[in-house]
Amino acid sequence: MQRIREILSGWLREGQADRVLGWKKGELPGMREPAFFHTEKELEELVYDRFCGPNLSKFLIAAGEKPGVTAVLVKPCDSYSLNELIRENRVRREQVRILGVPCKGNVDPRALEGKGVLAVREEEEQLMLSTLYGEEILPLSQVLLERCRVCRGKKHAVYDELLDPGQEEGPAGADRFAEVARLENMTEEERYAFWQGEFSRCIRCNACRNACPACNCRVCVFDGPAFDSSQKANAVPFEESMFHIVRAFHVAGRCTDCGECSRVCPQRIPLHLLNRKFIRDIDTLYGPYQAGEKDTGRSPLTDFTTGDCEPGAWEGA
Amino acid sequence: MCNGGEKLIPQVGKITAVTVQTPDVRTFRIEKPEGGKLFRHEPGQCAMIGVPGAGEAMFSITSSPTQEDYQEFSIKRCGSLTEKLHDLQAGDFVTVRGPYGNAFPVHTELKGRNLLFIAGGIGLAPLRSVIRYVLDRREEYGKVTVVYGSRSREDLVGLEEIETLWKQQKDMQVYLTIDRPQEGWDGHVGFVPSYVKELPLSLSQTVLVCGPPIMIKFVLAALQEMGFTKEQIYTTLELRMKCGIGKCGHCNIGSKYVCKDGPVFRMDEIDELPDEY
Amino acid sequence: MKIMKKDRLAAFLQAVSGEMPLFLPVEKGETTAFARYTGEETPALSSVRTGISPKDLFFPQCETLYTIKTDSPGIAIAPAARAQEDFAVFGIRGCDVHALEVLDEVFLRENTDTFYQARRQHGILLSLSCRRPDTACFCTVFGNDPAEPPGDVAVTEGENAWYWEEKTEKGRAFLKRFASFFREGDAVPCEEEKEKIRQIAARLPFGNLSLQGWGAGQTARRFEDPRWEKLAQGCLGCGTCTFVCPTCQCYDIRDYDTGRGYIHYRCWDSCMYSDFTMMSAGNNRTTQMQRYRQRFMHKLVYSVENNSGLYGCVGCGRCVTRCPSGLSIVKVLREMREEEAHV
Repeated sequence: MQRIREILSGWLREGQADRVLGWKKGELPGMREPAFFHTEKELEELVYDRFCGPNLSKFLIAAGEKPGVTAVLVKPCDSYSLNELIRENRVRREQVRILGVPCKGNVDPRALEGKGVLAVREEEEQLMLSTLYGEEILPLSQVLLERCRVCRGKKHAVYDELLDPGQEEGPAGADRFAEVARLENMTEEERYAFWQGEFSRCIRCNACRNACPACNCRVCVFDGPAFDSSQKANAVPFEESMFHIVRAFHVAGRCTDCGECSRVCPQRIPLHLLNRKFIRDIDTLYGPYQAGEKDTGRSPLTDFTTGDCEPGAWEGA
Repeated sequence: MCNGGEKLIPQVGKITAVTVQTPDVRTFRIEKPEGGKLFRHEPGQCAMIGVPGAGEAMFSITSSPTQEDYQEFSIKRCGSLTEKLHDLQAGDFVTVRGPYGNAFPVHTELKGRNLLFIAGGIGLAPLRSVIRYVLDRREEYGKVTVVYGSRSREDLVGLEEIETLWKQQKDMQVYLTIDRPQEGWDGHVGFVPSYVKELPLSLSQTVLVCGPPIMIKFVLAALQEMGFTKEQIYTTLELRMKCGIGKCGHCNIGSKYVCKDGPVFRMDEIDELPDEY
Repeated sequence: MKIMKKDRLAAFLQAVSGEMPLFLPVEKGETTAFARYTGEETPALSSVRTGISPKDLFFPQCETLYTIKTDSPGIAIAPAARAQEDFAVFGIRGCDVHALEVLDEVFLRENTDTFYQARRQHGILLSLSCRRPDTACFCTVFGNDPAEPPGDVAVTEGENAWYWEEKTEKGRAFLKRFASFFREGDAVPCEEEKEKIRQIAARLPFGNLSLQGWGAGQTARRFEDPRWEKLAQGCLGCGTCTFVCPTCQCYDIRDYDTGRGYIHYRCWDSCMYSDFTMMSAGNNRTTQMQRYRQRFMHKLVYSVENNSGLYGCVGCGRCVTRCPSGLSIVKVLREMREEEAHV
């Protein structure tokens, strides 16, 4: 933590950055919130630990409106989101200064809800909770976010400086496509029922869209009166499904699988599964592709070649 | 008036006449399908007019309460709903809820006063209701002065009524202006706020202002510069509205709901509101 | 005091749901929500707050106001039916009942909303005191007592029994209707349970939040505060806080084209959304800071002025736990707290 502050203070002091985007403590134990820091004094409030879930990449679009350079802390998976935003020219590389921080997996603060937690600390792969109702111990493996349980790896896609280069080769997690495969193996009726059940909880709060770094249109088609569907609940539940499906299509090929959609969903809908299905299909149809790995070039879905397969035909084959 | 005891449920209104006023303003006369007025209203009040499938929006009522047979709405084409409305003709139907909001204080503060109406463009619509009301109860009010401006001669709403009726009235003075010189126009050219400053206006008048926000802003500044007090000036606010009864939150500003506590505000009341309109 | 043995609850819920629609918190995916009980669901009575609040039962996220047929001649408007049968809500917490009191102010005081009114008239609230308040709870800040929820019947959970206290005539009639499940008993054990709740409530970390400098008449002082800008920095502009909130009541009204006519419906809207104030003539709140400020000014100042002194917050803690960026009304109260006046 001290090293992070030293590096960032140095950047501020030497004029390499005009502000820092990082995390600070939230109102609840184990809650961290995105925050901007402008001075070394303010940086005393900066924290980086297992609870820093929010992917800060998307805030850099708005920060780009400000003059100067924004320094940002990125975890390995966040770095892909940021790199994809750079590739799409939504964030200008020269306006950000990136400190890659290693990640051991994020704790889902929702795992602590309802327990009356007053304080929490990490100790040997366990969370030690002090609660209104006594002490409680939770194994870390039980409280990690889904995206961390299936971690793709610890390598950063983009950075100016790495806090701990030695950790770039850290271990990956479980197979992230296992759940997709399970859904693929369902009958159409089962799969439809599965998604109907999940979407029935949707409250159209748009947290998934607004947190998603790939959802970066200046004005979303769902905002405003021009479109029959709006960004809120509609008279028929079909509209909720449509919103999520339209969104998944729109970010296909650009979604890095950062998992923010599912992290922020107040209703715990496994939205990442829609995106992951696209990722798996793209891998299968066009060869392995990881959005955000490169900051230039075209993604398979926007790069037409005469050799491209035709998914419809492929499905039928 | 509402349907089924619920203020959110409209009546059906029948359009009985459509007058093309300007290239983008039409006046719609609306009655009950079987004839007769949909409801009683006060000058300055609004109603929610809807076209099924296109939604609803709030419009000020242009006709005077003294008009016993129908209500009129002068509507400018400026969005998807008004686009649809402009396609409608006499004999077509709309939904109507209302009347909503407060009114200009024609029974109290305005009574017996000399009145100065200042309007820009479509902003004449709500004031026209008051002007017509005052002309129908002429003895209850003092002198009437109207300052009205638009982009061009063609954009002056209801020019015929102004020329043939208003200009012929005793104790009524009408000043017209257009933004840019135009062939065939020998009247004043210039923006309303600066015209107001040039005119020989008496400080004894009570002022009613309505028009585009930017015009209102500069007129209010001009009036205060001239020595009018905030307590003498009434204007209307326009914010997005959905329910019309102060619940849906869209037009909330400070602890006021423009649909219910407005649209008419005295300028000193506006000063109390957070600067967010 | 009416007492029910703990193991009788399942039979009781079955009996009630056989007589009238019964809603209670149930497990739903990885969250909880109030849902109609049919016997299949897993009740989630130990969860102190459901994912979204039960306001949905009285002010649904989406409801039809009327349908329109445009077959010539003219337009035919068919208003939707208002609620006509009694229903019971079991397990609603005190904060959420207090939230209904705020909604009552909005929807019933003037220009009565008859859709909401009918549901309120037919709904029987069997509220549940909070055996295990959570860290994010702060109902006490708004003067509420988690041990004494308002409602038609207040229920308190004990080690071996449920204690039922009638609070209204409606509640009395309800308990009489299901009298076979209860026996008359001593109030002392129930009072002991309540005392335990109060002892926990006294230790809640947000219990010391101050409302000083908020409330009626504070617009001028609070509106221009430069701290809003900083507070709103992390706001993503989503509607999560609004939609999980038990008192937020903004709504939109829209038409849905069914192909054979139109459904004119209303649905929850959020003042946090970019198009909330957008109209053809312009938009009076164009920045997220302005929208963020509006939401909290409404809850902490305007609501107090308009709703008989009631704040637009009941301390349920949902926004605290659900905001993707960790912002919430608690943060506003903490960051914008005023120095206590020197006495």
